[in-house]
Amino acid sequence: MVINTDGLTFDFGSQTVVKSLSLQVPEGSIYGFLGPNGAGKTTTIKLLLNLLQTQQGSIQIFGKELKSNRLEILAQIGSLIEQPAIYLHLSGKENLLNRALLLQIGEARVNEVLKIVHLTDAAHKKAGQYSLGMKQRLGIALALLSDPKLLILDEPTNGLDPNGIIEVRELLIKLVSEHKKTVFISSHLLAEIERMATHVGIINHGELLFQGSIHDLEAMSKPAVQIETDNTVDAANYLSRNNYTVAEVTDTHLFVPYTTKQQMGNINKLLNDMGYNVYSITKQHKDLEKLFLDITQNA
Amino acid sequence: MKGFILSFRSEFYKSRKTAGFWSAVILPLLLCLLIFAGFYSRSDKMAMEPGMILWVQFSGAILGVMGSLLLPMLIVFIGYSVNSIEHKADTWKTLFSLPISKFAVYSAKYFYAMFLVFLCLALFVLFTVGFGNLLGTVKPGLKFHDYNMSGVLSQLYFKLFLSSLGILSIQFLLSLLFRDFLKPMGIGFVATITGVILVANQWTYDYLFPYSHPMLALSALPQHHNHTPGNNPISVDIFTREIYISLIIAALVFIAGYFIVLKKSVK
Repeated sequence: MVINTDGLTFDFGSQTVVKSLSLQVPEGSIYGFLGPNGAGKTTTIKLLLNLLQTQQGSIQIFGKELKSNRLEILAQIGSLIEQPAIYLHLSGKENLLNRALLLQIGEARVNEVLKIVHLTDAAHKKAGQYSLGMKQRLGIALALLSDPKLLILDEPTNGLDPNGIIEVRELLIKLVSEHKKTVFISSHLLAEIERMATHVGIINHGELLFQGSIHDLEAMSKPAVQIETDNTVDAANYLSRNNYTVAEVTDTHLFVPYTTKQQMGNINKLLNDMGYNVYSITKQHKDLEKLFLDITQNA
Repeated sequence: MKGFILSFRSEFYKSRKTAGFWSAVILPLLLCLLIFAGFYSRSDKMAMEPGMILWVQFSGAILGVMGSLLLPMLIVFIGYSVNSIEHKADTWKTLFSLPISKFAVYSAKYFYAMFLVFLCLALFVLFTVGFGNLLGTVKPGLKFHDYNMSGVLSQLYFKLFLSSLGILSIQFLLSLLFRDFLKPMGIGFVATITGVILVANQWTYDYLFPYSHPMLALSALPQHHNHTPGNNPISVDIFTREIYISLIIAALVFIAGYFIVLKKSVK
């Protein structure tokens, strides 16, 4: 395990923000740390970076106790917390050079990360004049600078446009698959995490409500077959008579719990044979979103 | 030690384009230039004065303004600017998640602020001597070349530097804790005025109050005038009691500040 916490608890005054959290982040994973705003994600991340002092419980990173091996551990972590920390009076490149100075890294690596986040052309522009997305990308570049083994990113796609989001996602997937890094990424958007995470932890009100691989989560969510047809009510009745469970019927769609690909094919054939026009038939993951809401709201 | 040097260099790199850094350079230049212009325009009246008196008047005019009000205010500003660079950019969290010890990060910042005050005062010596000699050259009637005051000035400004360290520590800590400018500025201003009043009224224990130290450092200057040629008529006693108090306060507040930083949650 790259990150392993045990019974991590943190209070701000009388308010418990993190409740006996036990995170397990395996090596080489993209761990999606999901939760609504105010769930305790940033507090957890600050604890992982020793920015907040651990009050109860323990944190082990790379198999070592964080408190007693702080500098050694921090040397292998790149992080981006909340909005990126950037000196607005310096240019993008100067921001990176300053960090490179502190980490004793050469200018070649600075140019390299500028290229990775597509800021080479804006390198000499003052960071104060950067757009929100450019600042976010500079923040990611700062986190990548030391080529760390573990990346801790707090809502890294905030403020990015769709292209930027896809780029960050592809970059993270590449880092993990090709360079054997581990990524711990927080978000309040399930769709975001779903597309890249290998493991998921769901937190709300400081409590970990779910932890496991993305497949475990999908298995819990019971995907559905979404069928678009000209007469949904009749089609639903017909499917029911043929021993299919119809979960939901709307004016345009009907939903059947998904079991196998073969089942989808059978349904399609059945409806076509009876003369229903099937406009579309897809396996649908919307239920995961519902599951996420259920998990976080019922807690 | 490595972490300290890296952090110190980074402090310079970050601040070299800010008002905090340039104020330490421009203030002595501007002040010396102003006094230079004043002396230049009144040069006829001073043509009769001997060189030493001219130097004392020239440097005294600059020191008088600096010692009482300007130096404490400059320190308030430097203490603020060194810390506000992190408050503004929201970079405390990155500074304290670097693989560099918290003590190195904290002390590098503190000593960088101290370096700026030192730089400013060293420039005062340089510009005072430079402009004094320039006056002697452009107005040959003024006998600035007859006397060399650079040694005494260096000692005097060094004493002023030591006397300011107590204030620097306090202002540095205030600016570290408070994000806004008004709190450290307000406290610094009120304390400076109090310091001036205490010294002006010659309160018995004024030497215990750090904001009085720069004024005391200059006012307690023992001047015995013996006019033997070749013998230095002005001697500076650097280590007076307010200097010791200033150094003790600086050390105590510096150490206390470190423990506050350790305990403090990083926003």
